[in-house]
Amino acid sequence: MEKSELVPLWEVFVRSKNGLSHSHAGSVHAVDAEMALQNARDVYTRRQEGVSIWVVPSAEIVASDPGDKDELFEPAESKIYRHPTFYDIPDEVGHM
Amino acid sequence: MYTQALNDPKSKATHIAAEDPVRNAKFMEKVSAEQRIEPNDWMPTPYRKTLVRQISQHAHSEIVGMLPEGNWITRAPTLRRKATLLAKVQDEGGHGLYLYSAAETLGVSREELDEQLLTGKARYSSIFNYPTLSWADIGTIGWLVDGAAIMNQIPLCRCSYGPYSRAMVRICKEESFHQRQGYEIMIALANGTKEQKEMAQDALNRWWWPSIMMFGPHDKDSTHSDQSMAWKIKRFSNDDLRQKFIDATVPQAHFLGLEVPDPELSFNEETGHWEIGPIDWSEFKEVLAGNGPCNKERIAAQRKKHREGEWVREAALAHARKREARKQQAKEAA
Repeated sequence: MEKSELVPLWEVFVRSKNGLSHSHAGSVHAVDAEMALQNARDVYTRRQEGVSIWVVPSAEIVASDPGDKDELFEPAESKIYRHPTFYDIPDEVGHM
Repeated sequence: MYTQALNDPKSKATHIAAEDPVRNAKFMEKVSAEQRIEPNDWMPTPYRKTLVRQISQHAHSEIVGMLPEGNWITRAPTLRRKATLLAKVQDEGGHGLYLYSAAETLGVSREELDEQLLTGKARYSSIFNYPTLSWADIGTIGWLVDGAAIMNQIPLCRCSYGPYSRAMVRICKEESFHQRQGYEIMIALANGTKEQKEMAQDALNRWWWPSIMMFGPHDKDSTHSDQSMAWKIKRFSNDDLRQKFIDATVPQAHFLGLEVPDPELSFNEETGHWEIGPIDWSEFKEVLAGNGPCNKERIAAQRKKHREGEWVREAALAHARKREARKQQAKEAA
C-alpha cells in the first residue's frame, strides 16, 4: 500500500461501569469511527470490561510535553496551603 | 499522546534521542525508584530498541500462536470445548493487538511490524513451530505452553515501560483461563480410555522439552539478560523462571498419572526442587534457525492471510474516504 493509504490509529477509552469515568485502554487501527468502535469492542471488552466506549483519532490528541513537566506541575508542590491539613483547628471543633 | 500515529506520513518522529549522560542518569534514577517510563519520556535508544524487539516478538508470538490451536477448532470433541477454544484463540488475537499497540507507542508503525513478521526478519516464540497432531495437544498447550507464558509474563506486569506493563496486566488476567481449560482437557483424557490416556502421554512427550526451552537459554549463555534486568524490563533470570515452572508442573503431571519424559528427573530433598536432565539445545537452535517442523508453514499462513486480506483493507479505506467526501460535500452545500 502507498504511505497515504495506511489504516489510521485510534485511541480507545472505556467506561467500566456507570458512575466511573472513561479511561484509556489502548489503541486500534480502523478506517473510520464506526470500525474503530467495532474493533475496540472486540479487542478491549471481551469480558464485560465496559458499558461505554470512546474512540478518538490518535492524531487529534494534544498532549503536554514531558519536558515541560516541572514547569507545569512543580509550582503546585509549594502551595501546601491549598490542602485542608495546612490549617490548625482545635480537635474539639470537629470537621465539617 | 499515548500512542503516536507513526504511520501517519504527516507526523514526524518527535524523538531524536541523542545519547546524553545526564538524561541517562536521570532515566536510570527513575527506573531504579520503580517509576514507570511513559511513551513521550526521554529514554536511551538501546532501551527503546530492546523494548520494540521484545514487545513485537511477543505480539507476533500471540498471532502465530493462533495457528496451531485454530487447527482444532472444527474438530473439538464437544460444543463446550469448541466454544472454549474459539474464545481462547480470539484471546490470543486480542493479546497480539494489545502488544502491537504497546509497541507502536515506541515509534514503530504497525505496518513495519507486520512486514518484519512476514519477511521473517522478526522472531516469534519457537514453540509455535511444532504441530498439533491430536486433541491432547490442545490440552497440553493450555497446560504447559500457557503455563510457561504465565510464569514469564507475571513479572512483566511490573516492567518499567508503562504501556507494556499495562498490556501484560490485561493479558495475565486472561491467561489463567487458558491454562485451566488446558489442564481440564488433560484431566478428562487422563481419566478416559486407555487410548485417550496414551494420547495425553504422547502429547506430553512431545511438548515437555519445547516448553522447558520456552524460558530461553541458560543464564550463563543469555546475551540480553543483564541489561534488561538493570532496566527492569526483566525481573527474574531464565533459569529461575524455568525452575519455578518445573516445580509447578512435575506434580501436576503426576496428578494426571502421566510420566515426564526425562529419565534423569529427580526430586532434591535438600533444596525441595525438581531437577531435570540436560536440555538438548541443538533442537532449540534448529527451530530458531527456521528448521522446526512448522516454521515454513506458519510464515506461509501469515503471508496468505496478509495477501488475501489486502483487498479488504483497500476496499474499507476507499469506502471510508468516499463517505467522508460525501459528508464534506453535504456540509459545503448546506
